[in-house]
Formats: sequence, C-alpha cells, structure tokens
Amino acid sequence: MAILSQEEAKKIIDKVLSYAKADETEVSIGGGRTGNIRYARNTVNTSGESNSITVAVTSVYGKKSGVATGNELDDAALKRIVEKAEEIAKLAPENPEYMPMLGPQDYPSTKNFSQNTADINPEYRAKAAMDSIEVSNTGNLTAAGYMEDFAGFTAVGNSRGRFGYNKNSSVDFSITVRTADGTGSGYAVRDFNDVNLLNAKNVTEIAAQKAQASGNAQAIEPGKYTVILEPTAANDLLRLLAFNMDARSADEGRSFLSKKGGGTRLGEKLFDERVNVYSDPMHPDLPGRPWNNEGLPSEKITWVENGAVKNMFYSRYWADKQGVDPVGRPTGIIFEGGNQSLADMIRNTQRGVLVTRFWYIRAVDPQTLLYTGLTRDGTFYIEDGQIKFPVKNFRFNESPVIMLNNIEAMGKPQRAGGNLIPPMKIRDFTFTSLSDAV
Amino acid sequence: MKRRDFIHLSGLGMGALMTPGFLLTGNPVSADQLLNPGLENAEKKALADIALNTAKSNGATYTDVRIGRYLNQFLFTREKNVQNIANTESFGVGIRVIAEGTWGFSATNDVSPDGIKKCAETAVAIAKANSIMQKEPVILAPVQGAGEVSWETPISKNPFDIPVADKIDLLLSVNAAALDNGATFVNSNLFMVNEQKYFASSDGSYIDQNIHRIWPTFNVTAVNQSEGKFRSRQALSAPMGMGYEYLDGLASEKIEGPAGLISYRNSYDMVEDAVAAAKHAKEKLTAKSVTPGKYDLVLDPDHLGLTIHESVGHPLELDRVLGYEANYAGTSFATLDKWRAGDFKYGSDLVNIVADKTQPNSLGLTAYDDEGVKCKEWELIKDGVLVNYQAIRDQASIIDESESHGCCYADSWDSVQFQRMPNVSLRPGKDKLSVNEMIKGVDKGIYIVGRGSYSIDQQRYNFQFGGQLFYEIKDGEIVGMLEDVAYQSNTQEFWNSCAQICDKDDYKLFGTFFDGKGQPSQVSAVSHGSSTTRFNGVNVINTGRQI
Repeated sequence: MAILSQEEAKKIIDKVLSYAKADETEVSIGGGRTGNIRYARNTVNTSGESNSITVAVTSVYGKKSGVATGNELDDAALKRIVEKAEEIAKLAPENPEYMPMLGPQDYPSTKNFSQNTADINPEYRAKAAMDSIEVSNTGNLTAAGYMEDFAGFTAVGNSRGRFGYNKNSSVDFSITVRTADGTGSGYAVRDFNDVNLLNAKNVTEIAAQKAQASGNAQAIEPGKYTVILEPTAANDLLRLLAFNMDARSADEGRSFLSKKGGGTRLGEKLFDERVNVYSDPMHPDLPGRPWNNEGLPSEKITWVENGAVKNMFYSRYWADKQGVDPVGRPTGIIFEGGNQSLADMIRNTQRGVLVTRFWYIRAVDPQTLLYTGLTRDGTFYIEDGQIKFPVKNFRFNESPVIMLNNIEAMGKPQRAGGNLIPPMKIRDFTFTSLSDAV
Repeated sequence: MKRRDFIHLSGLGMGALMTPGFLLTGNPVSADQLLNPGLENAEKKALADIALNTAKSNGATYTDVRIGRYLNQFLFTREKNVQNIANTESFGVGIRVIAEGTWGFSATNDVSPDGIKKCAETAVAIAKANSIMQKEPVILAPVQGAGEVSWETPISKNPFDIPVADKIDLLLSVNAAALDNGATFVNSNLFMVNEQKYFASSDGSYIDQNIHRIWPTFNVTAVNQSEGKFRSRQALSAPMGMGYEYLDGLASEKIEGPAGLISYRNSYDMVEDAVAAAKHAKEKLTAKSVTPGKYDLVLDPDHLGLTIHESVGHPLELDRVLGYEANYAGTSFATLDKWRAGDFKYGSDLVNIVADKTQPNSLGLTAYDDEGVKCKEWELIKDGVLVNYQAIRDQASIIDESESHGCCYADSWDSVQFQRMPNVSLRPGKDKLSVNEMIKGVDKGIYIVGRGSYSIDQQRYNFQFGGQLFYEIKDGEIVGMLEDVAYQSNTQEFWNSCAQICDKDDYKLFGTFFDGKGQPSQVSAVSHGSSTTRFNGVNVINTGRQI
C-alpha cells in the first residue's frame, strides 16, 4: 500500500464520518511499509518486508465508546467498521473519565519523514547487513545485529472537525560484536528519521573496536565511582525519569514528584541547576509528530529549567479536574548538555569508569525512582585521564534523581533511543556488585 | 513478516501506569465474536494442503503451515471505574519452508486458496533468496507424522462463555474489598487468551489445538500523604493454563502459610487476596527497613518461580547459548563445554530441575509444539549437575539429541516460530518438610513471598530480586515485616547454596504471561513449579534512598 496523500486520507475520513450515527466519531488511518533484517553468528537469520494500512473508528454514545478496525478501504468495508464500532460502543460500560473529542486544531507541519527511508528496499537491508558482517569476518569477530525501518503516514479526523495528517519515517539499527573467544563484547546503536544518516559499517566498527578493547576484563571492587556515561547509557536512565513525570500519580501521592502532605513538587528545584530538559517537535535532529498523545498540537515545552520541575504531563481528564491546561507527552526529550567532548571528559578524569550502555533496568522503588541494572558491552577503567583497561561489568542501584544532583560535566547532546542526550560525567554513581557476564 | 495492527491498551489515560506496559495484537471485536467457532477442520486441512503442495512443487523440501486464530479478552478497572474492555481477534496463516537448505517464512491474513498459494510461493522465494547467505544447511531432527489429531486445554468453564458484566462485577468487588480494607488505590485486571491453532506439515501431521490461558491480577496501593510515602502489594495469583474455573476460590486449593499468609494452588480467591493485599500494603508503610548482610532466604513458590525463570530457564535456551540472541536478550554462561564436561555443578545435590509442556494447569501445557513435535518432560539439572538444554528440531543435532524437545512456539500466525522456554520447574524435596518446619531451623533469615523487581545480566550470572512481602526470621520464628529488601547473587553460587526444599504438599505453579524474546520481539507464557526452598547465606542489600 502506497502512502496515502493528505487529500486521499481526508476523502476516506470524510466518507467514514458520513456513515456514522454515533454522538461522536473519530477516524484514524495509518499505514506504510516496514522492513527488517536480523543476523547472528555472522549470517542472516530473518528478513522481511510488509505493507499495511489500518482504518480505526472510535464511536461514542454519551460516555460509552467502542473501537473497530479494518484493513480494506472500499465503501462496504468502511461501513462495516463504523457499524462494528457503534455496536461495541453501545455495549460498553460508561467511562466516567471520558473527555469529549477535540474540535479543529492548528497542527504544526513537522519534518519527521524522509523519502530516503521510504526508498529502502530488501537489497539495501541485505547490503547493510553484509557491510556489518564483513567488519566481523575480517577481524575474527562475531556479529549479531538488527535493522528495522518504517515509512508511512497517519491521518486523523473526527465529527467535531479535528483533522491532522503526518508522514513519518524511522530507522533503528543495533549491533553487538563479540570476540571469537567470547571474552570481549561491544555494542552500538543508532536511530534516525533519515536513513542517509546511518552508516551500518561505521557503527559496526565502533562495536568491533569495543569488543576487541574489552577482552579479558579485570575485576575492580564495586562501590561509588565517577562514571562517564555515553549518550546511550545516559539515555537508558534519563528516559525513565521523563516517563515518570505524570501529574495525576504525583497528585495521588504515588510518585517521586508527590509532595509530603499533598500536591506535587512542580516548581521545586530537584536537580543540579545545569539540568535543562525540553521537547520541541520542530528540532531538526529530533523532529516530532504534529500532535501529542492527547491529540493536542505538539509544541515546545520546557520540562526542567535550571534544575526545577517546570511542567508535568496532564491528561485532558486530569487537567480538567485540576483546573489547569492539559500537557501531552512528547515524542522525545532534549537534554541540554555542555561543551565537553567524550575525549575531554576522559582526559579530565582522575579515576572513573566509562560506560557504553546499561542492561536489564528494572524499577526497585518507585518512591525514590531507584533502578537496578548492569553495565554491558564495553566498560572501561579510567585513571589519570586515560582509559587503562577493560573492567568486568557492574550491577548498579541508582536513581536518576540522585544522578542529576551529581553532575560533573556534560557534552554535546546526541540522538539516543529517540531522545537527544549528552554524554555525562557523574560522581558517586552506585555500583553494588560485580558480574562475570561478557 | 507483517507489521502488526497494534492497539494501545492505555487508551484511557491512566491505564498504562498501573497495568503492564505492552501492546495487544489483533482487531477489536464484540465479545460474542469470541464464541464464534471459526473454520471447520476439514476446511483448514484443504487450505493447508494447498500450502503444502504449492511449496513442494516450488522446490521446498519441508513445509509447515499454521492457520491461527488468536482471541483475547482483557479487562482493566481501577477503583470504581472500568478503564477498558478489549476483545480482539487475529486470524491468518504462517507458512515456513526449507528450500535449498534454508528457512523461508511468509504470512498472510488472506486465508483463501489464492492467498495461501501466493503466501507459500513467497515463502519458498524468500528461502531461495536467503540461501545465498546461508553457511550451513538446516538439519531437522526427524518427527513422526501425527496424522489428524485434536487437543484442547482441559477446562470446565470457557472464560468467553461468562458474560462480560459478571467479570466486571468480580473486578469491581475486588476493588471494593481492597478499598474497604484500607487501600488508597487499586487496579485490577483480567486477561483471557484462546489460541486456536491448526498445524500441518509435510511430515504428515494435521494437528488442531485449542489452548486457553487466564490471568487475574491486581495492584493495591496504600498512601500515607502526610509522610509522603506509598507502598503497593500485587496479587498472589498465578497466570494459569486453565479456564474461568481458576476463579472458583476452592478452599481445598488454598495453602495456609506462616504469618497468616494464604497462597493459592489451582483455584484462586481474588476477593480474599485483595483484602489481604490492602492490609499488607498498609503494613508495609511502617515495616522495618532491612539491615544489609548475609541471610538465609526462605523463598515461597510465588517468588521462587521468577528466580527459576531468569537464572535457569533463560540460560538453558540453546539459541542463547549458540549466540542467536546476542544482540538482544544476550548469550549464556551455561556454555556447551560446561555441559559436555558432564560434571558442571549448577546447584547443590538437592537441585533437580525439569522442563516440560505437560504439567496440568500450566501455561506451557499443550500436546504438540508449533513444529508438530509431541510435548514431553525432560531433565535440565539432575542432582545439581547440568544435563541438558531446551532445543527444537533444527538444534537437536547440536547437542547430540535424536529428537526435538518439543518447545517451539510462535506468538501469532504472522510470527515465525522459534525456541521458547517450556515450563521449567524445581522438583519438590523427597523428605516430608513443611514451610513452618523449615523456618524453625533458620536462625537469621528472610521469608520472601511474591514477584517483585528482578534484573539479571545478559549471560545470567549476576541477579538481583525483590519481592512483594518480606518477613524477618530470628531464631526459628517470624518476628515482623521488613522493607527495602533485595538479594543479589550469582546463579551458580545461589543454586549451590540451596539447603532444603519443602515436600510436594507445598508445590505450586508460578507463571509469567508476557515473557519477551527475539527481534522483532515475541511474547510467550510459561509456568514454573516449586515448593518453598531455603538458600543459605545470600547477600541482601537495603534499597531505601532519600531524594
């Protein structure tokens, strides 16, 4: 299925709405092409590509809603979806938290689509995999990697006049390279909207270098260390902080942002004053979607300013109840950094640990946002400004809230896991035990 | 491979916060549609034969066909409100072939003779295209064709026969019970799954299976606003390979444990557990913070199941051992050389761990796996020694097995089947021993109940587990509740510290409903049976922090 144009999508939505009998009806159409290739042990395991389109209709009677979906666009099929959604809605229980559908919205035109990504074909994926495997074949290494790409569109419209259209694309590539004897392992990961920014061979070379440099790691005592977190590692923890900034759970007293005695910690300075976090759908390196999860126009929002909590997520229901404006969740966050390069940070470190990534991160205590997890695929000891030797992996128990009060330095933000995150140097990071895992 | 039609279950705002963060596949349907019987077996056989014949005439040397209808009903409530009711159906066919010694897979939701013919042709074309990159041809362990057979989960109450209103009434009464007993918030959910799978292969199998699973669960939270503190207690239910009869709450299936705790074997009283949970959540607000150090741990089956899952189940998956999961889930410390040595001491002499897909009421229970292999039980660890892995047809020869273990699974018709964890269970102790008798012998210990925070490294050496409830044991007695407890250990060290296992009267199943593996990720459901077990001298840390 080709990507529908705005005009084509609008025509279908209007047609579906003309069939509707419910109090309120919303239609969303999404579709596109996705492809992937997976390899391990230096050979391709699976690869595939598919095209799909889905029409979803939400029908509402009073506060009762129902959803139905379908994959065909002819008139009879569209009518069936509407009838099914209306039938399901009539049988549904009332949702006391239901909010009426939004009327016309003024959505920004975001640039989250790349024709280059839409042009990916099976040959491109096979070449990316072979380029990546080639790096390993020539270095007595073993590669396991995965690439997934998507190019498609979303259109939404409702009986109150809301309409939006967006084309989007994404590519995710990750690679683990291990030494043949299993004593070293390296990892690298990239995500972009435009595949032309991805060079699978170069990314694999980074993983391969880490694999070779991490062989025969030495054990050092767990404890509190100054750590230098590469953007992927920093993102592993900071995305968890961003995910937990929900106002309702804070108001209900069950969040790290709940205030003793009631209310939230909105406005309180919780972090180092160098911490500034925002989202911006128009940022060229992290283009967002035109509307957020609440259906409202995406806009630039400051979440943390000079270490103080500036905004939290308010659903339309909770905002209405609290008498404030709703604030939707962003596509990704931008964490302002500093000017130091990773090399500068290492040079300026007397004793510390360089971390490539974290793994198997799980919440330990939601009260303090304490998480546990392990370092993986490239952990190195730094002394007197130089990487001295690879070290065995550590388990950590740490809260991103505590971590953001222990900032030593930050570098230039880079795209990591759908966010823009700087490399960070953090003091007193808590490693609680050693792992033999490679 | 097809992109799925994902439906976000968190559509009603708050849902995602207290319910598992995941996505559900399939098209929304009305509850009535879940009782529609679907295609007759004769129709499925005719369609499957089109795939088998097409693939063969296009050059396939092996073909299997899975015509799958996957039905889900998931209900979500919080306090007095219904948050979401999701009824979904997903129907289609997946065709897997070997051509030129290489796997090829294709799937379609066009389950017509034409659609299936095209899909089979695509599968063969993909296999041939991939054969250029193939280093070694696929070797399949032999399977005797099963002929035409049918099997279904032995349930007495089909969950889809129970009106939705009755299920909602149950969940809202659970919530009311929790709130009446001091809970500040409560979320309760009911997950019901029915897989209607028709498998046919060029080995001469036509296997029709109708599989049911159910999981009632809740999360109760108590908030002390003036102190700015909150604590939660989750349900002590287990997801089961059962029908709605699991919710009968039969007294005969209750196990009365220490500290007034009730656990549930094959029948669950959800309201009773919610009352206990509310009291526990409140008690946790004032529980004593643990002093870190070495403790003897007494681990309840509702807790130990996850430790078994992470530290035995996953490391003994042969695809992990071989490196196929290196870029995602990881590899394994339990390498082939350790197994070949024949004396790798995984645990103490007491430790006997078996794999199966045959235990009654378990999540793994099925007659045949997703490549038509009859399911069975086999030993993984015998008297503490590593003796086997989990292997499917194209892996059996690697570990000198003449047949597959029968643990191949795909989570949908459009997912390619691969090696998934069967039930992995610790055999009960041979000598008569109750939990109370076990606790009497512990001088300094902690009794841990329920599934909590869990994390383990990518080769399954180092782990850290929390729980739902922690009780301090001093000089053979439980003296009170503890908080901020997590234990850290190394898999081999931990299982070698296994000192006592309660007898079969204490044996019960723990389960996990959404175990993830593979890229693109697939889920599967798996049970782990055990009796309460004692581990000596395990390192316990304090997880309390100030922010």
